[in-house]
Amino acid sequence: MNAPFKPAPTRRDVVVASTLVGGALLVGCSPADLMSAGSKVEVGAFGPFIKIAPDGVVTVVSKHIEFGQGNHAGLSAIVAEELDADWSKVKVEQAPANAKLYANGALGAQLTGGSSAISNSWDQLRKAGAGARAMFVQAAANKWNVAVGEITVKDSVLTHTSGKTATFGDLVAAAAKVNPPTDIKLKDPKTFTLIGTDRVRRKDAQAKSDGTARYTQDVRLPDMLTAVVAHPPLFGAKLKSFDAADAKKVAGVVDVFEIPTGVAVVAQSTYAARMGREALKVEWDDGKAEKRGSAKIAEDFRAVLTGKDSSAKWEPFDQRGDLSKLDAAKGEQVFETTYEFPYLAHATMEPMNCVASVDGSDVKMVFGSQGQTLDQLNAAKIVGCLPGSVQIETLFAGGSFGRRANFQSDYAAECVHIAKKVGKGRPVKLVWTREDDMRAGYFRPLTLHAVKVVLDKNGYPAAWRHRIVTQSIMKGSPMPAGKGPDGTAIEGTQGSPYLKATPVVDAQVALPDAGVPVLWWRSVGATHTAFVMEHTIDQLAAKAGKDPIEYRRALYTKAGADRHLAVLNLAVEKAGPAPAAGWSRGVAVHESFGSVVAQVAEVKLVDGAPRVGRVVTAIDCGVAVSPDQIAAQMEGGTCYGLSAALYGEVTLTDGKVDQSNFDRYRVLRINEAPTVETNIAPSGNPPSGVGEPGTPVIGPAVANALLALNKTATTRLPLVRSNV
Amino acid sequence: MALTLDINGKSVSVQATSDTPLLWVLRDELGLTGTKFGCGMAQCGACTVHLDGQPIRSCVTPIEAVGSAKITTIEGLGGQHPVQQAWVRHDVPQCGYCQSGQIMSAVALLERNKHPSDEDIDNAMTGNICRCGAYQRIRAAIHDAAETGPPMGEPHADIDEAIVAASGATHRGAGR
Repeated sequence: MNAPFKPAPTRRDVVVASTLVGGALLVGCSPADLMSAGSKVEVGAFGPFIKIAPDGVVTVVSKHIEFGQGNHAGLSAIVAEELDADWSKVKVEQAPANAKLYANGALGAQLTGGSSAISNSWDQLRKAGAGARAMFVQAAANKWNVAVGEITVKDSVLTHTSGKTATFGDLVAAAAKVNPPTDIKLKDPKTFTLIGTDRVRRKDAQAKSDGTARYTQDVRLPDMLTAVVAHPPLFGAKLKSFDAADAKKVAGVVDVFEIPTGVAVVAQSTYAARMGREALKVEWDDGKAEKRGSAKIAEDFRAVLTGKDSSAKWEPFDQRGDLSKLDAAKGEQVFETTYEFPYLAHATMEPMNCVASVDGSDVKMVFGSQGQTLDQLNAAKIVGCLPGSVQIETLFAGGSFGRRANFQSDYAAECVHIAKKVGKGRPVKLVWTREDDMRAGYFRPLTLHAVKVVLDKNGYPAAWRHRIVTQSIMKGSPMPAGKGPDGTAIEGTQGSPYLKATPVVDAQVALPDAGVPVLWWRSVGATHTAFVMEHTIDQLAAKAGKDPIEYRRALYTKAGADRHLAVLNLAVEKAGPAPAAGWSRGVAVHESFGSVVAQVAEVKLVDGAPRVGRVVTAIDCGVAVSPDQIAAQMEGGTCYGLSAALYGEVTLTDGKVDQSNFDRYRVLRINEAPTVETNIAPSGNPPSGVGEPGTPVIGPAVANALLALNKTATTRLPLVRSNV
Repeated sequence: MALTLDINGKSVSVQATSDTPLLWVLRDELGLTGTKFGCGMAQCGACTVHLDGQPIRSCVTPIEAVGSAKITTIEGLGGQHPVQQAWVRHDVPQCGYCQSGQIMSAVALLERNKHPSDEDIDNAMTGNICRCGAYQRIRAAIHDAAETGPPMGEPHADIDEAIVAASGATHRGAGR
């Protein structure tokens, strides 16, 4: 997700809720009020983010889900730093669903996305920690009858200049009675002792190494039923009829019934539910389904791109200078190409799943909720209650990469429908198999780009025409559209330093419809725009007869892109003068989610397929709260991006998704994984994104290495298409 | 049908049809939820357990094929196994969902090869997918465990405690 996702759900949500309760009672309520109504959260003396027990253990309440990004480490470190707490006595727990207390400051709803967990919490948690610290200092001053200025705090121990000491545990009762300070003084970042050090480590590594970490899949509740759903094979198809006689004969199957998304089989165990579904006979109505294959959709999008199909609406997002220069330009100084990117599945390790129970208007959900506010709204619509009466216990999730947050709450809503039908507050666990998960859509959209660049006499871009054709992710969302076209489709081309350095620009996007559900996928628009911008630059440099690193330096200087220049220089310096014999190097740099990442990738061909060895990475992400987790995200983000660049592709034949499991949706394995070296550029700026910015850079870096190796440009991903 | 299985050093009775995959018996019948469901067709390795010391994919192993073989799950390692300690030292897990399977494959590798090369690790671990891409830390942790770990001991035998720990009865959450 990205910045344009500014859900001010105010008006529409009020309308929705008003409709639900059948009156105008709620007009004037803020969305936060709506969300929190009925959802009781006890806020203690130290505020909604900090709990301190009599034994001095500090529990940081995280409003963000942890599904791998390491944000629980960073968020708790921010509190511990300002609180001067003993890091070994700091725990993390997941906040309940309550948008009033726990909204993402960048997105306006309780939602983890846009690589914003640390950045939107930075001021909030620093103040929370510093405020609690001041309450302890005041409590100690009162007890010892001394001035607050004579007290220092370190590792959860308060010390007076006289030598007297007391621990957080000793003082917690007294501190809780102190009025929270109104004027909170934050530390000078130069005095940080925890933030920015390798002492900031994951709090969940043990639980995730001994099998005790609890995921949705692991939820076991008294009397709980397990459900699977028979979904239509085509997007947009509807149920015509079903025969449940054989399914109901399967031992352990409890019920079989229709829900809006298909036919639910509810059973005593996962295996019984799956066997029941196998015995189920279903007929589907394909009348309104998307029946095009992905090749046909790509052909149709290409017709829009080339102008053959003139029905599409083109929306400009960057137009400057005398555009006639672009149309007229021909010959030596003109570079033209197109790019094509496939649908991609997120393919999280834990397939989508949810546990819900519905008892009248009380809804309880236990699962890896990424967008609690959206999930509350959607569940409330199904049940006919206020969003605030939907309680959500958020668990760890086995990956998301964007998949678990969408405007329809697709799988969570499905679970609520089933739980509503089962009723009486009986918990139902919805289990999706890998096949269900991979065929459910919500893919990174199939996307085409066309680029025409006219070079000046020095070989630098004088005019740049850019056309993007993709499906809109934001279309039809309850979030109000910002100015201009869907930002998720253009981010990364829009705002590129290369366009800034070009005097004449004509950049436009067209957003034709297709019946395939699409969604943000780790780094969203940058999954394609970074590739196009960075691979184009290397081709322009080659055309101009210039070194691609020097070419970038000149353009960054012209555009005033100091951060791009700094990370490029850092990565190049750390990479050293030349790769080992037999390896080719490619460079790419991209800004996303407020951070800039540069990579130098070393690539060689093994049996004709690219093999990536060393990847030297430099990132400017503002203040580095948790350096080891930043490194982990660069390592993991690189693997995720490389997996897509090499192998990632969802195809459809006559509307049906061809891939259903890891046999045909090939993903990166350990023998193909590069060694990523992470270098963090020093910065005094507030923290910016880390979870996504490492993903989009490796693809173009590899393509650029291959361009250097064999003079062949890449115009279509994935690079290895053996599995199609 | 009723079956008796040897799981983590203890004899356990279960009720299930003979074709039920071992994975679902472990998870749904015994509450040993540390072993994960990822693909259901031996493609991802999240369900890896040991059968007489050999790593197997429990999602495609029907319980009728298990017989009297000794099954070891992630719970059977006890939590402080040298490989688990190395995993924690390196902060290997991200989302963590694949890590039980990764660890079981790594333990089996180190039991037959005390000092694996990178190539040995590739060969032994290629069947375990990690979508978070923690591969380089997995590699480092295996080398670390090989360097620092004492000889691999017998699996943890306290099945009752392991079942309680894994049952979901207590939510340990993120912090520990």
